[in-house]
Amino acid sequence: MEQQQLVPHLFRTEFTRIVSVLCKRFGMAHMEAAEDIASETFLAALETWTYRGIPENPVAWLYAVAKNKAKNQLTRQQLFSKKVAPALQQAATDDEVPDIDLSEKNITDSQLQMLFAICHPSISPESQIGLSLRILCGFGIEEIANAFLTSKETINKRLYRAREKLQQEQVAIEFPASSEIGRRLETVLTTLYLLFNEGYYSESHDAVLREDLCIDAMRLTHLLTLNGATDQPPVSALLSLMCFHASRFPARRAENGDPVLYNDQDESLWDRDLVARGVYYLNRASQGSELSPYHLEANIAYWHTIKEDSPEKWENILQLYNHLLQVQYSPVAALNRIYALSRANGRQEAIREAEKLRLDDNPYYYTLLGELYREIDAGRSREHFEKALHLARTRADRKILREKLGRAEP
Amino acid sequence: MKEYLFLYRTNYEEMTGRSDAEAASMMKKWMDWLGNIAGQNRLVSKGNRLHDSGKVIRDSVVTNGPYTDIKESLGGYSQVKADSYDEAVELAMGCPILQAGGSVEVREIDTM
Repeated sequence: MEQQQLVPHLFRTEFTRIVSVLCKRFGMAHMEAAEDIASETFLAALETWTYRGIPENPVAWLYAVAKNKAKNQLTRQQLFSKKVAPALQQAATDDEVPDIDLSEKNITDSQLQMLFAICHPSISPESQIGLSLRILCGFGIEEIANAFLTSKETINKRLYRAREKLQQEQVAIEFPASSEIGRRLETVLTTLYLLFNEGYYSESHDAVLREDLCIDAMRLTHLLTLNGATDQPPVSALLSLMCFHASRFPARRAENGDPVLYNDQDESLWDRDLVARGVYYLNRASQGSELSPYHLEANIAYWHTIKEDSPEKWENILQLYNHLLQVQYSPVAALNRIYALSRANGRQEAIREAEKLRLDDNPYYYTLLGELYREIDAGRSREHFEKALHLARTRADRKILREKLGRAEP
Repeated sequence: MKEYLFLYRTNYEEMTGRSDAEAASMMKKWMDWLGNIAGQNRLVSKGNRLHDSGKVIRDSVVTNGPYTDIKESLGGYSQVKADSYDEAVELAMGCPILQAGGSVEVREIDTM
């Protein structure tokens, strides 16, 4: 690999590994110092490698430089503060350089522990996602801003406040106690789910960035399956769900970047390997009796990997939505259920039930009603599409609705 | 929003003669109906079905089943939330037990 490609590639894979290990070593109070050292390490790599060429083992080079910088930081930290960890003081009295453990095992453990520390109930889900992107996925501030469609200042402020809060709460970078792991894992899974959705449904025009978000969410979820304590059925269920969704990546964007709706997708573009992996993790999730919302959603996603319509398919999807809504209500699930109801039990019944939902400010509610009325009452169908267009929040949604109304772009 | 209990009553003897297909079709109707309520974000708990046998204790005497004088007995319960009795009754109207000759008793829950 040429240097131009190698450094960004290494940055994405190694930045988060270095930061996680250093954060773990320095403590939550010095999270920014850990980020700085990782950034400085890459800056040093860029400068040095440009003149001297790429070293034989670039990763080892990065770790060696990061270690040195970290040791300097620890010495400085110790000079400035008396509140250092006992281990550090001991290292000082022993007059030895403190050790930074960059072994594969410590890297993986540190990343998982950071994941638990960041996905802490004391900070908002938005902040959890932001910090995860920065610390665990190695995203730059500008990339995060781009993904959230907001400014760099907003992201900087959000991350600053989140770090401060974690520090105040004295959140430790460690595995939660086994009695607590189930509850904490729930927050972690919610954040990973949102992180994935951020990429999957993001309005950002940067397609590569969007896919990277999803891939990172999958990487972190996969990491959880590799550790005995965190490898629980809902984790496999979530990973399965992500695999099924990700299998449609190549099919869901047209060449000009516009979204292609499920029904219009060319299924020969669906990634069959990812579908197979989804099935593998779904089976894995079924060991045990637990049935989390991720299990139900993964099952629904599984049925969507079969493009061909059959009564069996829609009846199964309907029953899964019936079940999902009983354990976890969301307007999106309620609307998707009505669609399944129309396919399984007919449009009339679906319209009757849709009108009871009272999701009057939701554009997708009217899009659904427009669809259900399409072959029954063309006038009412148009009325609903018009309402949806009026409420639509994104450019892509407006474009789809204009097409439904047979209108060109304004 | 208030919470209401749905109490389902039916004649158990009539249900014993059902074929598997009829039972499956009835099950689907129940699941779809509960799904409708859940889709309106009105379901608190789908509750449970009850076995058709039971014990009654009165004046320290235990007897089998409460149903000596009436054919209809309590078969299950669910918990919903609604703004008013009218709304709760509206939700109960779609209950499949009504098509099978049973009844739904709607009671507001008085939280202690």
